[in-house]
Amino acid sequence: MKYVDEFRDPELTTQLLHELTAATTKPFRVMEVCGTHTMAIFRSGLRAMLPPAIELISGPGCPVCVTSASHIDAFLQMAELPGTHLAVFGDLFRVPGSNGATLAHARARGAKIDVVYSPMDGLELARQNPAEQVIFPGIGFETTTPGIAATILAARQQNIDNFMVFSTHKTMLPPLMALLGDPALGIDGLLCPGHVSSIIGAAAYQPLAEENHLACVVGGFEPTDILQALILMARQISEGRAEVKNAYTRAVTWEGNPRARSMVDTIFEPVDMEWRGLGIIGGSGLAIRKEFAGFDAQSRLSITVPESKEPPGCLCGQILKGITTPPTCPLFGRRCTPSSPIGPCMVSSEGTCSAWFTYGNHTR
Amino acid sequence: MTQNISPHRAETILLDHGSGGLASQELISSLFLKHLGNKVLSALEDSAVMDNQPGRLAFTTDSYVVDPIFFPGGDIGTLAVHGTINDLAMRGARPLCLSLGLILEEGLPLVDLERIIISIRDASQNSGVPIVTGDTKVVPRGKADKIFINTSGIGLVADGVEISATRAQAGDKIILSGSMGDHGITIMTRRAGIALAGDLRSDSMALHALVQRLLAGLPPGSVHTLRDPTRGGVATTLCEIAGSSGLMIEIEESRIPVRTEVRAACEILGLDPLYLANEGKCLALVAPEVAEQALALMQACPEGAEAAIIGTVTSGGRSSSIHGASDTRPSLTGDPGRVTLKTTIGGTRVITPLHGAPLPRIC
Repeated sequence: MKYVDEFRDPELTTQLLHELTAATTKPFRVMEVCGTHTMAIFRSGLRAMLPPAIELISGPGCPVCVTSASHIDAFLQMAELPGTHLAVFGDLFRVPGSNGATLAHARARGAKIDVVYSPMDGLELARQNPAEQVIFPGIGFETTTPGIAATILAARQQNIDNFMVFSTHKTMLPPLMALLGDPALGIDGLLCPGHVSSIIGAAAYQPLAEENHLACVVGGFEPTDILQALILMARQISEGRAEVKNAYTRAVTWEGNPRARSMVDTIFEPVDMEWRGLGIIGGSGLAIRKEFAGFDAQSRLSITVPESKEPPGCLCGQILKGITTPPTCPLFGRRCTPSSPIGPCMVSSEGTCSAWFTYGNHTR
Repeated sequence: MTQNISPHRAETILLDHGSGGLASQELISSLFLKHLGNKVLSALEDSAVMDNQPGRLAFTTDSYVVDPIFFPGGDIGTLAVHGTINDLAMRGARPLCLSLGLILEEGLPLVDLERIIISIRDASQNSGVPIVTGDTKVVPRGKADKIFINTSGIGLVADGVEISATRAQAGDKIILSGSMGDHGITIMTRRAGIALAGDLRSDSMALHALVQRLLAGLPPGSVHTLRDPTRGGVATTLCEIAGSSGLMIEIEESRIPVRTEVRAACEILGLDPLYLANEGKCLALVAPEVAEQALALMQACPEGAEAAIIGTVTSGGRSSSIHGASDTRPSLTGDPGRVTLKTTIGGTRVITPLHGAPLPRIC
């Protein structure tokens, strides 16, 4: 398959692994920010092939995983209101809220919830069911936000007034600044998320590289993409440099996508946001602007977001911060599995715990 | 004067059609017997009586509730015939006959029902396995989703044929009879209303002829295990075989046939074709010395034209981590019951059974 097979070429992979080994002159710790990276590294088998001097730490880049229990509780509240119909991304469906209840449970009890592949499908649902209030729980980072903004603009243009979004949208840089400012984490390099970077641009990581002395490399998601990014990182670390490099030039530019950013700015404004495991991070979220309040489910339906209660014993918070790895969690692989997840990192296929469980050695 | 209006002339299924009265009889004669009639079924007795034949009996049942009921490559009717035939075939049985139980939702368009019955007729005739007994119930609107089908099947297992997951042996070669994931991805994309370029089609087909040719063409006892990787896909089925036999299985990603369209759809949706359902494929575990012969036999059948050897059964026993003791990375141990995949780039990862339904990722 074009654009895929050439990036999974076994000979090229071997060659790049040799180059990476040669470039790695001292041990270093890399945070792979994005859940898609975590999954790709496991699924391709790359994790076990890397030089042992490279330690990979998963970061807070799985959108489902960082959705707070309180926001799941709010989604559940909306699902149970009469006349509402939720259109949700599939991997949100099994994420437990504060008391373990999920949208899957709510649907079994009679709530109207459909899994959709795009927010535009939610808008279509609203068009087809004018008597219902169709709500799209907005989750995700810069990658998904432009699509949501475009959907709200389309709803306004088409005068569809029974479509709403509950925004828990987040931006990637504030938590990274907060997390990586902690020297205890000991991160040397950042494998920057390819999809988010296509919107925010490689330039966005400049302050992180400068202020935290981090080798930041934007990487794609195929094995050879990841290896190329790690080579650029290893060379910097060996030479004591901390710069921003782009190893994913077929998708990411230095400036990113200003048009998508401007569309997001039209609809959303920065707000403090609660992250699962990380708490409230100033200016890390996006709220719908007053001019578009008609599409804001939280204000239109007067939803109060309750206080989050994390499941006892769950280490998702520490795992999202990169402080610990899944096998150290007492619930991992025992009470918490992909079929009955307790914490969010086990739910999404891109979650760190799910990746370790699915592709690693999970018997303990 | 409702008697003047034949319920069958109505455009949809009514509760009357399941009453057991006149409307039921009319549906049976003008639709079911018209298309499916044979000597045994058309006698309309309370049960089918079949002649005794030598061999052991294989007996299986399966229910079909697929949504959408029509999809490229088949419909709920073809699945109901092929699925049950394949369950018989996977024990080495020659399928003899099927039962057909229908649960219809009030309001099901008759034209849809007839289309499904014609599919069942074609699948049954092409497979040479008749429907010999049947039943129909109608439930009020909303109590079922359009149509649910149950089929049971009886087959005969010839003397000397012993096929079971527990018979897998170290050294066995694993053959997959064709490309993987076609049915699962077709249903998922249809259900989601996703229009993708390319020709995604269900692989719904009967495999008993292929199995009979395999058994006839190979030395007795050399086919150890046959399984059709339906829900849960090739990954889950191999995990079940490894679990039942207490052996290890190693497969190679680059050898597993997956159609380009299926791979592309999986890449877009974040799905792994190893976990997608198949409805016309089987995994055969055969003694290593007959593997090439078995492959050639399968490839000579239209159902197995794209068959490939995808892996090997091993006794395991390599119980140490492939990393150093202090390494925090996941280890790939050689525990009994474990399935591992050699990835395209030369890495290795463990394959676990499917947990929950496959869900597409958000970005």
